Amino acid sequence: MKGGRFWAWVVFILGAAYFFIPLIATVEFSMRMRRGVYSFDAYQIVLGDPRFQATFMYSVIAAIFTIILGVLIVVPAAYWIRLRLPQLRPVVEFITLLPLVIPAIVIVFGYIRMYGSNSPLPFLASDMGTNALLVIGYAMLALPYMYRAVDTGLRTIDVRTLTEAAQILGAGWGTIIGRVILPNVLIAVLSGAFLTFAIVIGEFTMASLLNRPAFGPYLQNIGANRAYEPAALAIIAFVITWGCMSVIQVLSRFAPKSANRPN
Amino acid sequence: MTDLSLSNQTIAGKAAPPAEARSLRLPTQWLGVAPFFIFAIMFLILPTLYLMLGAFQNDAGEFTFENIVALGQPSIVAAYWISIKVSLASALIGAFAGLAIAIAIVRGGLPNWIRSATLTFSGVASNFAGVPLAFAFLATLGRLGLATVILNTVFGLNIYAHGFNILSFWGLTLTYVYFQIPLMVVIITPAIDGLKKEWGEAAATLGATTAQYWRMVVIPVIWPSFLGTVILLFANAFGAIATAYALTGSSLNIVPILLYAQIRGDVLHNPHLGYAIAFGMIVITGLANVFYIWFRTRSERWLK
Amino acid sequence: MAEPFLSIQHVRKSFGATTVVEDFNLDVEPGEFVSFLGPSGCGKTTVLRMVAGFEEPSAGKIVVAGKDITRLKPNQRNVGMVFQAYALFPNLTVAQNIAFGLKVAGMPKADADRRVAEMLDIIKLPQMGDRYPYQLSGGQQQRIALARAIAPKPKLLLLDEPLSALDAKVRVSLREEIRSIQKKLGITTIFVTHDQEEALSISDRIAVMYGGKAEQVGTPFEIYNRPATKFVANFVGTLNVLEGTVTDAASGTVRVNSQEVALKGKLNGSKSGDTLSLALRPEAISLGRQPGRDSSLSGEIAEVHFLGSVIRVRVGIGGSTVSLDTFNSPATPPPAVGEKAEISFASSDMLVLH
Repeated sequence: MKGGRFWAWVVFILGAAYFFIPLIATVEFSMRMRRGVYSFDAYQIVLGDPRFQATFMYSVIAAIFTIILGVLIVVPAAYWIRLRLPQLRPVVEFITLLPLVIPAIVIVFGYIRMYGSNSPLPFLASDMGTNALLVIGYAMLALPYMYRAVDTGLRTIDVRTLTEAAQILGAGWGTIIGRVILPNVLIAVLSGAFLTFAIVIGEFTMASLLNRPAFGPYLQNIGANRAYEPAALAIIAFVITWGCMSVIQVLSRFAPKSANRPN
Repeated sequence: MTDLSLSNQTIAGKAAPPAEARSLRLPTQWLGVAPFFIFAIMFLILPTLYLMLGAFQNDAGEFTFENIVALGQPSIVAAYWISIKVSLASALIGAFAGLAIAIAIVRGGLPNWIRSATLTFSGVASNFAGVPLAFAFLATLGRLGLATVILNTVFGLNIYAHGFNILSFWGLTLTYVYFQIPLMVVIITPAIDGLKKEWGEAAATLGATTAQYWRMVVIPVIWPSFLGTVILLFANAFGAIATAYALTGSSLNIVPILLYAQIRGDVLHNPHLGYAIAFGMIVITGLANVFYIWFRTRSERWLK
Repeated sequence: MAEPFLSIQHVRKSFGATTVVEDFNLDVEPGEFVSFLGPSGCGKTTVLRMVAGFEEPSAGKIVVAGKDITRLKPNQRNVGMVFQAYALFPNLTVAQNIAFGLKVAGMPKADADRRVAEMLDIIKLPQMGDRYPYQLSGGQQQRIALARAIAPKPKLLLLDEPLSALDAKVRVSLREEIRSIQKKLGITTIFVTHDQEEALSISDRIAVMYGGKAEQVGTPFEIYNRPATKFVANFVGTLNVLEGTVTDAASGTVRVNSQEVALKGKLNGSKSGDTLSLALRPEAISLGRQPGRDSSLSGEIAEVHFLGSVIRVRVGIGGSTVSLDTFNSPATPPPAVGEKAEISFASSDMLVLH
C-alpha cells in the first residue's frame, strides 16, 4: 500500500516534468528576443503582425462555421437515432469513427481530386467554394468529437421519455425540440463546439493544401522563417487550447445530471 | 446529388423493415438523419473511395496494379517504414506511460486534486498538437533549447554531440508522445475507474497476491481498452503531418510529408502514385482497426 | 464452553479524529453464525473488514483458532468473503471464478475441477460453469460469489450485506440457502446486515451495534424479547412506547395518559413520581380482555390495516397511539374505526426502558 503510493508519486512527478519542461522552456525561449534580458518583444511583434490578425480571424470564422455545420449535421441525426432509428446506431457510430482512421491528409487529397474545377461539383473553382470545402473538411475532422459529445448529452437526459412526456402534455415537434431537447443538450453541444474550436483553430494540413489564408499555415510559415516568434505563438496557441478546455470543464458543471437512469 | 439521397433511402429502407408499414411517414422519418448521411457519403466516403479506385488506374483510366507496385521503390518503402516506426514507438511509449499515470492518479492514493488537475491538463495537452507543439519542442530540445542548454552547461551532457537530434526519429517520437500520453490518460482512466475495489479485496481474501490479482483479473480486464487505445494512438500519429512538417521541414521523410509534397508538386512525377500512397495509408490504419476489432471480439467474450 | 474460534478483543478503529469502532469485544464459537446488526455507520462493516484484514485495528487484537491474526495481510488469513455487489471477476467464467482461490493456492487442476463441480452442486447451479457473470441474475451471481468464497475451505466466512442488492423474494430464499449451506459445512460465519428480520431469522447470535459499540449480544430470542437498551428495543421489531409516571412504587402502579396500570414486580428501583418509558410489542397486546393478560387500558380504534393473515389495529389511548396485531378470522369482521376499545396485555410482557 505504502510502496504503491511512493511509485504513484514517482510516476506523477516524472509525468509532470515531461509535460512542464517544454512549456517552461517555450516561455523562456519566447522571452529571449532582446539580448541579455527577458522581454515580451516576441509577443508584441506577433500580436502586432497584420498577417497574424488576418489569419487568426480567418480561422476563428472558419471555426464558427464549422461548429454551426457540425451541429446541424450531428444534433438531428443523434436525436433521431436515439428516438426512432436505433437500428442505425452501429452504422452511424462506425461512420463517426472513420475520421479517426482515415488521415486528414487523405480526406483533403480526395477533395482536391473530386471537387476540382473540372468536376461536376467544382468547389475549388471559386474562393467561396474552397472556403466552404475547408469548413466541410473541418466538420468531418470534428465529427467524432461532436457526435460523442451530443450523444452522451442525449443519453443522460433520456430523450425518449422526455419526448414522450412532452407529447403527452400536448407539445408539438417545434416545442419539443426547441424547449425540451435543445436546452437539455445545450451544454453537450457547447462542449462539442469548444472542442471543435480547439481542433480547428490551428489546423494546418487541410488549410495548407486548400491554399487558405488560415492560422495554421501562418504558424508554419513563421516557424520556418523566425527564431523567437514561434515560441511566443506556441504559448498563445497553448493558452487558446487551455481556454477552450477550461470552458468545457466549467460547462460540464452545469450539465444536467442523469435523473432517471444510471446510463 | 439526387442520386446520393436516393441510394441513401434504399439503404435505409432495408435497415428498417417496419418503415414499409408506415411508408407515409418515411420522409419525415429520414429527414433527421439525411444531412448526416449525405455529408458522410459526399465528404468522407466517396473521396476516400475515389482515391482508392484511383490507386488502381493509370492516366488513361484503365485498371492497373502498376501504382501499387511502384510503392515498392526504396524511398517510398523507407517513408512507410519510418512512419510505422515513429507511430508505433510513440503509441507504445504513450500508452504505457499514460497507463502508468492513469493508474497512479486513480489507484495510487494521491490527493484528489492531482487526479482532476491531471485529467484537465490531459484534455488540453491531447489537443495541443500540430505546429505549436513543434515550436515548443524546438524551444526545449532544439540546438538552443532550454533543456539542451541546461543539460550541457549544468550536467556537462551535450546531447547533440551524442547523436541526438530533434529532427530525427527519436526527436519526432519524443514530440508525438506529448499528445499521445494525455490521449491515453483521457481514454484509459474510465477503464481503470471501472476496476472495482471489491475485486481486489475478493482476490485477497481468496489468497491471491497483488501480482496474481493483476495477472488474472486486472490485465485481462483492461487489455481490450488498452489495445484499442494503442491502435487509436497509432492511427493518430500515422496520419499526423503538421507537427512533423513544422519540426523537421521535409528532412524526415515520413509518409504524410511525402504525400503532402506529392499533392503540392507531384514530386514523384506520377499523379496516380499519390493515390497509391494514400491507399497504403488507409490500408495500414484500416488493418490496425480490423486487427483491433478481431482481437476485441476474441478477448472480450465476457462483455455484453 | 470450548475455546472460542474467533475472538475479537478490545478492538478500536479511528480514522483521523473520528472513532468508528470503540472497544468491540466478541467471542464466536466454532460453526456459529453471528450477525452484526445495526444502522449504517454503526461500525459493523468496519469490524468485519478488520477481521478480513482490509482495515488495521487502532488497538486490540483478533484471534482465530488461537492464532493472533491482527497484523496478517488479507491474503494470508484464509477467510472467505462475500460482498454486497457480488464482485465476481467479469473476465472469468463461473467455474473459473470458483476455482480462483484454488488456483492461487496451487491446487492441481483435476482436484480443483472436482471441487468446483461440488460447489456448483451445493449452490444448485450445476449447469452454469461455462457462463460469464453478466449472463446471470443477481441472485445467481451472489450464489456463485458464495461458492467462490467457500471453495478454498476458509476458516471463517464473512458476509458483507450479501442480500442488500437483491429483490425481496430472492433475498428470503437466498438467506435460507446461505444458512443451510453454512450448517451443512459447519463453517464459522459473520454476517453483516442492517435488516433486522434477516438477522433474526438466520443467526445463532446477533450483535446489535450502534455508534461503534456492541449494544447487546445474544440469541435472536433474547434480543427480541429482552432488549438490553432502548436502542436495541427500538431497532429490532416494532415497538409501542408509552410514557408513564410511577404513582405508587410499592404496588407497581403507573399512570399512563391519565389511566392507572398495575405492573407487578417491574419497577425495581423506581420511586413514585419517576417518569418511565414502557414498551410493548404489537403481538403482546390483545383487543378486549383476554385470559392471562392482567393489565388493560381503554381507548378508541384509530386505524385498521388488513394485512391478510394479520390485522394491524391502531388504538388511540389518550394522546398516544398503540399498534397491535390480531389474527384474521373469517368469522369475525375487523373492528371499525371510532369504536371504543379496551386493550389488554400481560404486565410481564411490558418492557421498562431506562
